[in-house]
Amino acid sequence: METFLIIIVALLALIALAQAMRVFELSGQLKGDDNSEDVTDKDNRNQGLLLLGALIFLMGGFLWTILEWSDVFLPKSASEHGVEIDNLWAISMGLIIVVFLITQPLLFGFGYRFRGSKTRKAAYMEHNNRLEFLWTIVPAVVLAGLIIYGLTTWSDIMNPSQEEEPMVVEIYAKQFGWTVRYAGTDNTLGYAHVRMSEGVNALGVDVNDANSFDDIIVNELHLPVGKPVELKFRSQDVIHSAYLPHFRVQMNCVPGTKTQFRFTPTVTTAEMRQDPEVIEKVKGINELRMEKGEDPWEFDYILLCNKICGSAHYNMQMKVVVETQEEYEKWLSEQKTFADNL
Amino acid sequence: MSTHEAHAHEEHHHHEQSFIEKYVFSMDHKMIAKQFLITGMIMGIIGVAMSLIFRLQLAWPDKEWPIFESLLGKWGADGVMDPNIYLALVTIHGTIMVFFVLTAGLSGTFSNLLIPLQIGARDMASGFINMLSYWFFFASSVVMVISLFVESGPAASGWTVYPPLSALPQAMPGSGMGMTLWLVSMSLFIVSSLLGALNYIVTVLNLRTKGMSMTRLPLTIWAFFVTAILGVLSFPVLFSAALLLIFDRSMGTSFYLSDIMVAGELLTNQGGSPVLYQHLFWFLGHPEVYIILLPALGITSEVISTNARKPIFGYRAMVGSILAIAFLSFIVWGHHMFVTGMNPFLGSVFTFTTLLIAIPSAVKAFNYITTLWKGNLRLTPAMLFSIGLVSTFITGGLTGLILGDSALDINVHDTYFVVAHFHIVMGLSAIFGLFAGVYHWFPKLFGRRMNKGLGYIHFWVTFVSAYGVFFPMHFLGMAGLPRRYYTNTAFPMFDDLADINVLISVFAIVGGIAQVVFIFNFFYSALRGKVSSKNPWKSNTLEWTTPVEHMHGNWPGEIPEVHRWAYDYSKPGMEDDFVPQTVPLRPDEMETGH
Repeated sequence: METFLIIIVALLALIALAQAMRVFELSGQLKGDDNSEDVTDKDNRNQGLLLLGALIFLMGGFLWTILEWSDVFLPKSASEHGVEIDNLWAISMGLIIVVFLITQPLLFGFGYRFRGSKTRKAAYMEHNNRLEFLWTIVPAVVLAGLIIYGLTTWSDIMNPSQEEEPMVVEIYAKQFGWTVRYAGTDNTLGYAHVRMSEGVNALGVDVNDANSFDDIIVNELHLPVGKPVELKFRSQDVIHSAYLPHFRVQMNCVPGTKTQFRFTPTVTTAEMRQDPEVIEKVKGINELRMEKGEDPWEFDYILLCNKICGSAHYNMQMKVVVETQEEYEKWLSEQKTFADNL
Repeated sequence: MSTHEAHAHEEHHHHEQSFIEKYVFSMDHKMIAKQFLITGMIMGIIGVAMSLIFRLQLAWPDKEWPIFESLLGKWGADGVMDPNIYLALVTIHGTIMVFFVLTAGLSGTFSNLLIPLQIGARDMASGFINMLSYWFFFASSVVMVISLFVESGPAASGWTVYPPLSALPQAMPGSGMGMTLWLVSMSLFIVSSLLGALNYIVTVLNLRTKGMSMTRLPLTIWAFFVTAILGVLSFPVLFSAALLLIFDRSMGTSFYLSDIMVAGELLTNQGGSPVLYQHLFWFLGHPEVYIILLPALGITSEVISTNARKPIFGYRAMVGSILAIAFLSFIVWGHHMFVTGMNPFLGSVFTFTTLLIAIPSAVKAFNYITTLWKGNLRLTPAMLFSIGLVSTFITGGLTGLILGDSALDINVHDTYFVVAHFHIVMGLSAIFGLFAGVYHWFPKLFGRRMNKGLGYIHFWVTFVSAYGVFFPMHFLGMAGLPRRYYTNTAFPMFDDLADINVLISVFAIVGGIAQVVFIFNFFYSALRGKVSSKNPWKSNTLEWTTPVEHMHGNWPGEIPEVHRWAYDYSKPGMEDDFVPQTVPLRPDEMETGH
């Protein structure tokens, strides 16, 4: 009944609005304002001014957001290659901001400057080879630079130096959680396949493979600082994406396939917590949390799922700890091996 | 035209059409255009309303909204949104906006309306196929809407419906019946799209009036023509992707599935690859971006030139850049897959080709800006939307330089930075193009004028709220916030983004309300608006030489002959500031533009 009444009221309001429009238009016609739908010089002036206003809104909004929200960005990169990415990012971002700041004022400025009037006539220019050549070649040259820089960075990240053998760690994804498997002292992961997954052996590790005995399966990712690590990804069910934003690392976990990503963490969790930028960010967040009556938060690295994977996708996360070699070894020695657990 | 044809046409004109022939199973391209537009608008209302619902959830995740229960039923019990329906809402929002509004609603409306009228043809090459195209679209829309009401909920694996998630009902409720209907609906949609596109191509190639050479075509037609080619080449690939997914879902095949254990059950599928689906999907998916964008750019070219009272600057470069963008759009799909683990060398290739698109795009943007320079701008609502389009095309296009760069994509892939990018460059630009088209060609569609004042209000509120919604999303992405998260509260590191999310939602609601102004203006003006004159914008193109009252066959007498390009605005030595294409060249006049 209530819904019915709402619909009736909405319909009546619509009819009233239409009638009001009609009255408005008729009165316009009576006043002899018969060109009510044509754009007048006055319209052009008003809309031209509004275009200037739009420019101010865009430029002002751009400045305001940058000043106001600069503290929400991710902190400095905590990995070796991440620094390269951040440099490339800074240059690309700088470039597009410059283009943005040139083209938008031109667009809206022209919109205002050349607003129409009955007494003016537009210039007749259909093309200009020199100009068009200019704005084909200049973007082409700039892009060539950007492409070369980008591809060099990409190739550095994807083909890292082979000098130091990386520590191998498996990241196993399933709805909706992460598991970590360390390769143990032999730095070789035992063979594993989803078809061997059974009971406590959720990861499907081969019990007959000698390489598996020293594997260590845990629910937290600990990494020693300054040591290259090769993450190998598996998924049990659907596609997940292992995203470690602080390290500028992301790789999909694809069922039926193995993927990997190699990187070197450079900043321990403890060091990151001392970073002035991070201290500031944590302080801000904790003020907000206090207002809502939530526990204070301490900075931690995190691994989160970044490929839609189902209902709890929004909460598929795992803590990541970067620590010194000694701390790492101590932590690892406290964990049980695969053989211990069997 | 021969006398025989004219005679036949006369006879046809005398034949009284029944209501059903005229309004329902119409074979007249102008009526079909209206059908596409209105169906697209209805789907648009659904799509936008969904986004407002999930914006409420994102901005105020702890709040209970009784409206959730009224609209979502069991999925919003006690005003708390279920995570599954959140994913369904973003999925269907994306599907509807990309395909039903910005593909069928935009291209379907204006290709149908303008191709015959602007090239000087009596109708499409095949009126019957054109009618089928609409009715397949209608059926597809009906199935998509029905899928919203099934027990297990609509499809929810994102608008890209990546398997295995979309293939396994055990993985999420949305992958059950809802997903089946999604696939049925999309298959019908693809049929509609192919029938339409074939018709457009054939019509443009064969039915141009005398004198209408390809280089005299208005840029709208170039854009629709190239769009149709893109559609014909890419939609079948989506169809094959959907078909294999249907096989995997219901016939036990393993195209996309391998070694999976889901909900405690070990599946027998072996040897398939989920990444194969992504290749097939994005082989359509990326051209699709331009299937959406090119018609909007074509409309903008026409609207800007007409209202600047100036030829479009660099006609040939504009055509060239449409062709270049179309070609490149086929070899860049892998930039959606940089982090799937595909060979890094492929990543390099796709980075290279992707960044190349910036060159023709830059040419287009600068040519638009130069067209405004020294113009005599008539700032109609259509013109404002076109200027808005150029603005969003630049802003959104620029961040493409970041996302197309594989190294940079690693850290912002699938974050809100991507959401910001594609909504601005594709969503906003295309919807602005759609609005510009509706305001500009409304007199041609309905023989009446839209209310100017309401048009201005609509534009300004839409423009401000559009930037207000999507610009801040760049910041969310740079904070590392993934897209498709039902709430961000599970991560304290995102707590400081709450205010930004509230701001975005407020702008979204304001922008949503502004669309009511448009819808009111649209229907009011269609029924009661001021009757238009024949050529209200003093435009050069052929559609404005047809009578205001629609008639089958478009021109009462012979189809006019074309003598010049479409952009002779403010040509020196001419009396008026426009010279219709039908005006013969003066003996002393040089033909310009081609």
